[in-house]
Amino acid sequence: MRKMITNLIGLAAASLIIVALYMAFLYAPTEVTMGHVQRIFYFHVAFAWTSFIAFFVTFAASIAYLVTRKKFWDTVAASSVELGIAFSCIILTTGPIWARPVWGAYWTWDPRLVTTLILLFIYTAYHILRGAITEETKRARYSAVIGIIGFLDVPIVYFSVNWWSRTIHPDVIKPEGAALAPQMLQSLYVALCAVTLFYLYVLLRRIRLEELRDEVSELRKKVLKES
Amino acid sequence: MAYFSKVLHICMKDLKVEVRSKERIYSMMVFSLLVMVIFNFAFDPGAEYIREVAPGILWVALIFSATLGLNKTFAAEIDQDCLQGLMLSPMDRTGIYFGKVISNILFSLIISLLTLPFFAVFFNIPLLDVLPQLVLVISLTIIGFISVGTLFSAISVSVKGGDMMLPLLLFPIEVPVIIAAVKATGMILDGAPMMDYSMWLKVLTLFDVIFVMIAFVTFEYLIEE
Repeated sequence: MRKMITNLIGLAAASLIIVALYMAFLYAPTEVTMGHVQRIFYFHVAFAWTSFIAFFVTFAASIAYLVTRKKFWDTVAASSVELGIAFSCIILTTGPIWARPVWGAYWTWDPRLVTTLILLFIYTAYHILRGAITEETKRARYSAVIGIIGFLDVPIVYFSVNWWSRTIHPDVIKPEGAALAPQMLQSLYVALCAVTLFYLYVLLRRIRLEELRDEVSELRKKVLKES
Repeated sequence: MAYFSKVLHICMKDLKVEVRSKERIYSMMVFSLLVMVIFNFAFDPGAEYIREVAPGILWVALIFSATLGLNKTFAAEIDQDCLQGLMLSPMDRTGIYFGKVISNILFSLIISLLTLPFFAVFFNIPLLDVLPQLVLVISLTIIGFISVGTLFSAISVSVKGGDMMLPLLLFPIEVPVIIAAVKATGMILDGAPMMDYSMWLKVLTLFDVIFVMIAFVTFEYLIEE
């Protein structure tokens, strides 16, 4: 049952990604001042959004682990962090590609850029820490604490960097509505859905992988005991 | 009340160990001086911009030496299974944390106060007039840095290659504290009124309150065995 759902999500993600690519490159109109480079925006924002979801899932799963002590939650937290790191790297690559022609520089010390970078550092440390601990429950407990503290730190980092430097990052989606042509907005929403589904699919596969690893190590123990 | 006396006991124990061995204070102090001397080579000492980079130099020295001290917090307890003994003592586990936090804060404060005169002399910066404000910023920063740092040193001590783990985990989390400390110190050295940097003091206080509370809740998950 779970396998079927996973496959369905994967299929939906794959087809939506094709649609999103079509919309980003062909359907959405070319931006007047920035030109074609602006088309990177649809996937950039989608990955930014999803990486934040990924870290939030880690935060929630970390709390769930400390409360229930079920290994499943630790697996979810660890899997989601890996995706969050990968997506953050995508944001920090697609952003500069766009920024170079538009801002004239690959990198500025803008609050959003710095926050994303710090986020990447926090969760990379989390990932390194997991690799350094072999004992299973200890690893789960320690990483859960880091997962919680890391996430709660994000708003404080954002606000302090915000006061420290002025933002030049465009604020496209504002509370009063998006300042975009309707076709652009539709493309963005499709890209958002596509990447979110992609995240969900890879997350489920990653959790399954961890479960299979556990099964293998159980079997190995059993065989070793018998022989 | 009984809780506080136990916290105090843990703290006094750490202080007593330090008074007898003097290993932590000693190496922290030398390290903090070394950092400032090395920056002297990186930046031209007579240059005019030195006043602008001075707060950064001071904080790199203080933060790095504090990290050095944090690495030792639980390392001494691993020897001879002292941590096991501490955990068996009839007190709330968080008491161990707060005792260690207080002793660490004291160590770092002492180092900071000892570093300041050298900082003033090396970079030719008059400090006497602004000393109270500076000590306030230093105290708030150290509380924020040590509260999370002590928590993480409980993690790093039981991890392979933990000395390397501690700064990796700690520095990104401490970014707001470091920004606020450097900004506030810079304004104080420029003789700005408190109104100007009160926002940074608020950031520091907010961080301190939030992370002391989080540490209080999460510490017991780190040392259960």
